[in-house]
Amino acid sequence: MLKKIIFQFLALSLIFTYSAQSAESGGMPQLNPEFWISQIFWLVLTFGLLFIILSKFILPKISNNLETRKSQILENIETADKQREETEKKVKEFDKIINDTKTEAKNFFNSERQKVLDDINNKRLSLEKDIEKEIIKAEEEINQLKKTSQEKITKIAIETSSDLVKQLIGEDINKSSLSAIVEDLSKKEMEKHNGI
Amino acid sequence: MAANPMYQFNVYRIGPEIKINNIDISFTNASLFMVISSLTILIIFNLGTKRSIIPNKIQLLAELSYSFISKMISDTAGSKAKPYFSFIFSLFMFVLFCNMFGMIPYSFTVTSHIIVTFVLAAFIFIGVTIIGFIKHGLGYLKLFVPSGVPMVLLPLIVVIEIISYLSRPISLSVRLFANMMAGHTMMKVFGGFVVSLGIVGGWLPLGFSVALTGLEILVAFLQAYVFAILTCIYLNDALNLHH
Repeated sequence: MLKKIIFQFLALSLIFTYSAQSAESGGMPQLNPEFWISQIFWLVLTFGLLFIILSKFILPKISNNLETRKSQILENIETADKQREETEKKVKEFDKIINDTKTEAKNFFNSERQKVLDDINNKRLSLEKDIEKEIIKAEEEINQLKKTSQEKITKIAIETSSDLVKQLIGEDINKSSLSAIVEDLSKKEMEKHNGI
Repeated sequence: MAANPMYQFNVYRIGPEIKINNIDISFTNASLFMVISSLTILIIFNLGTKRSIIPNKIQLLAELSYSFISKMISDTAGSKAKPYFSFIFSLFMFVLFCNMFGMIPYSFTVTSHIIVTFVLAAFIFIGVTIIGFIKHGLGYLKLFVPSGVPMVLLPLIVVIEIISYLSRPISLSVRLFANMMAGHTMMKVFGGFVVSLGIVGGWLPLGFSVALTGLEILVAFLQAYVFAILTCIYLNDALNLHH
């Protein structure tokens, strides 16, 4: 503070010495008071007008512009935030719908597959049952046939052999003896056939 | 005569002599540059008031200077200084444009005249003092009594504070005036060297002159800024009395 004051005194004394010299060498035109009043008058006039026009007309407009911009930006940010939130909500809903659909589709697929599998199983089971029945029937038939065929074959063999014997010797032979022979032979044959 | 580095500060009449009650208020070159500066400020800032959300260059300039000065005021003098915004804005712009117009060759620097800066500073000084007394009444005199000073030193401190307060307009005006005058005189002197040393030795002072031009443009801005910020500080003293 003291330094400043000293400096100011120095500056002032400098100015005054200059003004003292100005009479002889022309010096500083600043210290020639000829146009001081004129400068003060024009300064007050121009600066006053500048101040009035700036403060009444121009600065309020600029501050207004700045404020509108600020509020508009805030508003825009707000709407942007709102829209973003909405979008997020929508995205969530969308995801949910997709997930739901996926699970539904999965369930549907699973249930349908189960149905088809069950159907196939049922059909297969019934088919197997049918087949088993058929097989049992066929086996029974075969067994029957096995039983009956033996007798028929021996019968036929007896008949043909009796016929053959009749034609050969023209005489009927006792059927029981013939049948005994045939049975004996066929037994042998069977044993041979079965390969013992 | 043109070789005299002080010649550039001469004030001369333009047009007829205007006298009211024997007082000379003729239009001079100083008045011309005041008018030019004010009109330029008004034109630029009027162009900057277009209502568009995305500003063009001039609007951006106007709005940036608006927020620059607004921030400067609120930083130094607080929110109470808001009503004085347009005055400080006008002051800063006026001083800045006068300084800058002074940088154009063959132009006239309004702020290189002590009377102009002194009138501005005195107006600020008187205005700030009046504001202080209106806001705080006689309590404004507490400004001269800093708190926490030992009683022995108090008389001395009060005297120093009063002297420093009273020297505010002088320091404010002399700072601006001396800076402008010194810079312009120096540039003129170096320009004179360029001419007198000719094509052989003139290059060095020419380089100096170029560097000084840059420096002077910086000083022109800086002094306008200092002028405005000191006004804010004085205003802060008057508005928020916390000594």
